[in-house]
Amino acid sequence: MARYLVRRIFYLALTLFLIASITFFLMKLMPGTPLNNQAKLTPQQIKVIYEHYGLNKPVWQQYVSYIVDAAHGNFGLSFQFSDQPVSYLISSRIGPSLQLGGQAMIVGVVVGIIVGSLSAIRKNTWVDGTSTFISILGISIPSFVLAILLQYYLGLKLQLFPIADWGGFSYTVLPTLALAASPFAETSRFVRTEMVDVLGSDYIELARAKGLSRIGIVWHHALRNSLIPLVTVIGPLTAAIMTGSMVVENIFSVPGIGEQFVKSILVNDYPTIMGVTMLYSALLCAMLLLTDLVYGIIDPRIRIAGKEG
Amino acid sequence: MENAEENILEVKDLTIDFHTYAGTVKAIRDVSFHLKKGETLAIVGESGSGKTVTTKTVMGLLANNAEVVEGTVKFRGKDILKMTQKQLEDIRGKDIAEIFQDPMTSLDPTMRIGKQIAEPLRIHKGYSREKANKQALEMLKLVGITNAEERINDYPHQFSGGMRQRIVIAIALVCYPEILIADEPTTALDVTIQAQILDLMKELQEKISTSIIFITHDLGVVAGMADRVAVMYAGKIVEYGTVDEIFYNPQHPYTWGLLNSMPTLDTAKGKLESIPGTPPDLLDPPAGDPFAARNPYAMKIDEQKEPPFFKVSDTHYAATWLLHPDAPHVEPPVEIKRRQEVYKKRLQEGTINQGHIHSTGNTSFGTDDDDAIGE
Repeated sequence: MARYLVRRIFYLALTLFLIASITFFLMKLMPGTPLNNQAKLTPQQIKVIYEHYGLNKPVWQQYVSYIVDAAHGNFGLSFQFSDQPVSYLISSRIGPSLQLGGQAMIVGVVVGIIVGSLSAIRKNTWVDGTSTFISILGISIPSFVLAILLQYYLGLKLQLFPIADWGGFSYTVLPTLALAASPFAETSRFVRTEMVDVLGSDYIELARAKGLSRIGIVWHHALRNSLIPLVTVIGPLTAAIMTGSMVVENIFSVPGIGEQFVKSILVNDYPTIMGVTMLYSALLCAMLLLTDLVYGIIDPRIRIAGKEG
Repeated sequence: MENAEENILEVKDLTIDFHTYAGTVKAIRDVSFHLKKGETLAIVGESGSGKTVTTKTVMGLLANNAEVVEGTVKFRGKDILKMTQKQLEDIRGKDIAEIFQDPMTSLDPTMRIGKQIAEPLRIHKGYSREKANKQALEMLKLVGITNAEERINDYPHQFSGGMRQRIVIAIALVCYPEILIADEPTTALDVTIQAQILDLMKELQEKISTSIIFITHDLGVVAGMADRVAVMYAGKIVEYGTVDEIFYNPQHPYTWGLLNSMPTLDTAKGKLESIPGTPPDLLDPPAGDPFAARNPYAMKIDEQKEPPFFKVSDTHYAATWLLHPDAPHVEPPVEIKRRQEVYKKRLQEGTINQGHIHSTGNTSFGTDDDDAIGE
């Protein structure tokens, strides 16, 4: 187990290194410079600024120093916010993003499990039809459309929640709902498929033959067996929700990382782009690793295989 | 079997349709049989003959698209078909239990086997966790799992197929049911394990005095297992009698075919007998005897009118026109004639088992169009 973990962490580091390298060079290929008023500056001034940020060195030197610094946890200074460290920028803005992402995942996954299970238990009835319809809406409507609809109806018309900005809990409701649509849809579809499969299996028939009630069968046998594979989806989905918040955070003016990311790309704030990209990558990799570990714990078949191998 | 007359299960005139996209499948037609306390009834037939549907009906586990057109299934005098969901749940696993064909898939892969065995006790008898676990352990020992104390906390994938079937049997018998339905319990196992499982079932049947309905397509398995045999074909019972009567004095050409296709040591090398053709389409069953199309002994009437049950002995009935007094005498296959010779001899010796069975319905005799008989 320990050896397995060490190996996985090594691969995780390798993956992050490759992502950092590719992002670095892609970023250098982007048109434009970090200076938005270049025309007004003298060549002398530009040279001073470039020297200050190390942009005058050859690209490969910039690359090496970036990687070395990043390995030490130093992601450089932001261009747009007068020399604030990127790590400070991220840590001061990560709170709202984590809160929204977490809330959206909880709401989406919990409601998704309930709706998906009901859908499977009442297969081919109106319950199934309705939930399938809602799930397909959840998958196909882009989050920015949903966000605007929520703002218009729940915020403007009914005046239930603040339309935008960041304050107490009530400010989180609409962005959470907008973000939760996709994990809800994914989860409910996934759980339905899994549970229809499980409910048709021999051991459910045996559970019926034992005299278990319908609810007993779902609770004791069907749910656990259909939710185990869901773990493989939740990990990557969590990471996706954090990145998905770019658009939603912008629409609701949430001071999170996503909003910052979009701004940084617009002004070529290289260190911030790199920092946020690395954060997302690390998050995704960590989620995948966590998924595999959790899967081993909850599925007895995987657990034993690991012991032997 | 002194108190053998006590029927704990009586199935009468059972007719079941399945509504599918292709049309109505007449899966079971006019099936009647009964089960006495402590006996083993084998229901034999090829796949699609309605064996499994029959047992599903007894368990009250028919699929949603099934419709019981007619008939009653009486367990201890009460009609299962009229019971509420709750009443059925109370019977299942407690009074009537079932073993399935494939032990590899019939256990919950994520639940410890001890808990799975204890489950029926927890629901039906309201046992505490410890009490149920203790009983489950006893059951696990009884079905012959070695090192049961340790293995009770293992998961199904840690057992072989034969061991898993023993666990399934433990689950089925843990509440000491009155009826055990075994739906091809050895089909998925290899032959050496088959014998072990059959022996185990017989041994446990004696210990807890349960009746068994044994579903199989394998006549070889039936011989050592059953007291009585019912042969099913195309949703109907075509012949039933004691094991000796079916094996040594079969009357229905379909039974002949089944017995004839069983290889014996005398079977010429490289030659396996089979019944030509396939069973009829139950979406649209033929008018007369459903076996007529595959029956080399079929007469004109077989295609027009379904044969009633003709009485061979008090315990032995067969639905074939060949038994009609006016039917011409036919020569059964050599193997069957050999068997019937044995029967005659044993009948004189008095070693043939003829149980005491009441005649069921559908045993009316005679026919209006007698002149239709004959080639």
